[in-house]
Amino acid sequence: MTDTTASPETPTAESGLMVRAEQVHKSFGPLEVLKGIDLEVRSGEVCCLLGPSGSGKSTFLRCINHLEKIDAGRIRVDGDLIGYRERGGKLYEMRDRDVAAQRRAIGMVFQRFNLFPHMTVLQNVMEAPVLLRQAKKAQAREHAAQLLDRVGLGDKLGAYPGQLSGGQQQRVAIARALAMRPKLMLFDEPTSALDPELVGEVLDTMKDLARDGMTMIVVTHEIGFAREVGDHLVFMDGGVVVEQGDPREVISAPQHERTKAFLAKVL
Amino acid sequence: MSADTSGRARPEPIKAVPVRHPGRWAGVAVIAVLVAMFVHMLVTNSAFQWSFMVDEMFRPPIIEGLRGTVLLLITSMVIGIGLGIVIAIMRLSPNPVLRGVAWVYTWFFRAVPRLVLAILFGNLGILWSRLEFGLPFDRQIGALFGLHDFEARLFGFSAVDILTGFVAGMLALGLSEAAYMAEIVRAGIQSVDEGQTEAAQALGMSRAQILRRIVLPQAMRVIIPPTGNETIAMLKDTSLVAFVPVSMELFFQLKAVGSRTFQPFPMYVAATLWYLLLTSVLLVGQYYLERHYSKGFGRSTRARQRLRGLAAESGSTTSGTAQ
Ligand SMILES: Nc1ncnc2c1ncn2[C@@H]1O[C@H](COP(=O)(O)OP(=O)(O)OP(=O)(O)O)[C@@H](O)[C@H]1O
Ligand SMILES: [Mg+2]
Repeated sequence: MTDTTASPETPTAESGLMVRAEQVHKSFGPLEVLKGIDLEVRSGEVCCLLGPSGSGKSTFLRCINHLEKIDAGRIRVDGDLIGYRERGGKLYEMRDRDVAAQRRAIGMVFQRFNLFPHMTVLQNVMEAPVLLRQAKKAQAREHAAQLLDRVGLGDKLGAYPGQLSGGQQQRVAIARALAMRPKLMLFDEPTSALDPELVGEVLDTMKDLARDGMTMIVVTHEIGFAREVGDHLVFMDGGVVVEQGDPREVISAPQHERTKAFLAKVL
Repeated sequence: MSADTSGRARPEPIKAVPVRHPGRWAGVAVIAVLVAMFVHMLVTNSAFQWSFMVDEMFRPPIIEGLRGTVLLLITSMVIGIGLGIVIAIMRLSPNPVLRGVAWVYTWFFRAVPRLVLAILFGNLGILWSRLEFGLPFDRQIGALFGLHDFEARLFGFSAVDILTGFVAGMLALGLSEAAYMAEIVRAGIQSVDEGQTEAAQALGMSRAQILRRIVLPQAMRVIIPPTGNETIAMLKDTSLVAFVPVSMELFFQLKAVGSRTFQPFPMYVAATLWYLLLTSVLLVGQYYLERHYSKGFGRSTRARQRLRGLAAESGSTTSGTAQ
């Protein structure tokens, strides 16, 4: 790894940066998927990631909570290096236990919901906080019920995921991630697996969350959402950031040919 | 529900002549005749010796044998399932050493027939008269430092005492079963969607927690039906321990009565009946286990849901049509 800055501890915390990615590289075998991604997301900001299929959006998102190991570069969340410890200019791989602890502060919502089908909605949301001793069972249950109420599913606590619509399942997934009280939420195309009439309810939940000041990185093809809620828009293609800036500006007046071509297709 | 919206009356229910199935009736007739012949033979053929069989099949030695068989079944399946899960997890571990060990284990115990294993384990006493636990290679290490009678043993016991027939038989069956169970568990674990593990990882759960709370409970749905088969097969394989030799076993005891009284056939019939009974009990257990682990999954839940929905929908009309 090339590290020229030799940065001191937590260089980003005071500047209000929640996520700082520098020169992130990632390959799968011979295929280089991320070719040096730089990205900064401020606390409380909603960052929308756009880009054609295969451009590496999901891979980048998964690198942020270390579901994928990066080959080069640095990712910091709230000042902490993800997946590694830096001591005396040397990098040490973190143990599984410490990686897991880091992930608790980062919520993730998947395209295909990935709810636990053998548990009720309430159990899905309570499971991690109780298992990881974040709360007593009674408190966790109360918090879970509150969150489910907030996403509009207060009457579905006893249902199994298989009995819910896609939109309802995705809202449970959001509540499940929130139950760990994360400081950052990652969304990977949360509405692409939904029937068109169910997209709105999930986006509304996400807008609520943004309004409450949650820091969010959202991979989406919903241009309307990006324009309305996004504070920052990043357009990726071929493993690099092609263009970024204020969502309304980028969407109405894209500078790069590739951004123009992509937006012409989605709009 | 909304029958009245169109303003038309509900049409009268269909009353049609059902399709006849003459073939079915012919089949029933043929089967009835065959069953009658079979029952007639059971009753009239004197070789069955029913009263003798019933007298003998509940005697204390047989019941002892039955207890032995059930105990052997339970212990060997507990070993098989427990160790099988461990080996399956080793097979799927990122650690190449664990993977290799698990592969060799499965290879060995699947290759050797259970009968041979039973005999082999029954004769392990030949290798060691005593089993002792302590520092490995203690004598050699002692020799290295010039000590000739250096021994570092914590405790030991006579192998002949411990590897009595029963324990040897239990180990032979249990260890062999573990190899098959490992494959079943592995297939079960692999049948669980990758996304489940990812979602759990993203929540910050550890590998062990994910396995225990998320993956294994879902894998159970796939694991239980073949495990039921394995258990039934094991019930029948318990009779192999006669070669260890173990005498506390159902078939051995029944056969013993047969040879003592020179009436073997009724005792074979008794064995058939006992095994039928035990298998039926196992099947009931399997039914309830499968139902438990299908919670939240697919058809049964949906079907129940739909039924409830239908009942609610049809409401008052059900009482009318059900007569
Ligand atoms: N685990 C993996 N092993 C090998 N190749 C992978 C793996 N994951 C992703 N890829 C490849 O990396 C590239 C980028 O994938 P990624 O999922 O990040 O794209 P994306 O921008 O999210 O696309 P989409 O909009 O279709 O979700 C693709 O070519 C994909 O085939
Ligand atoms: Mg993707």
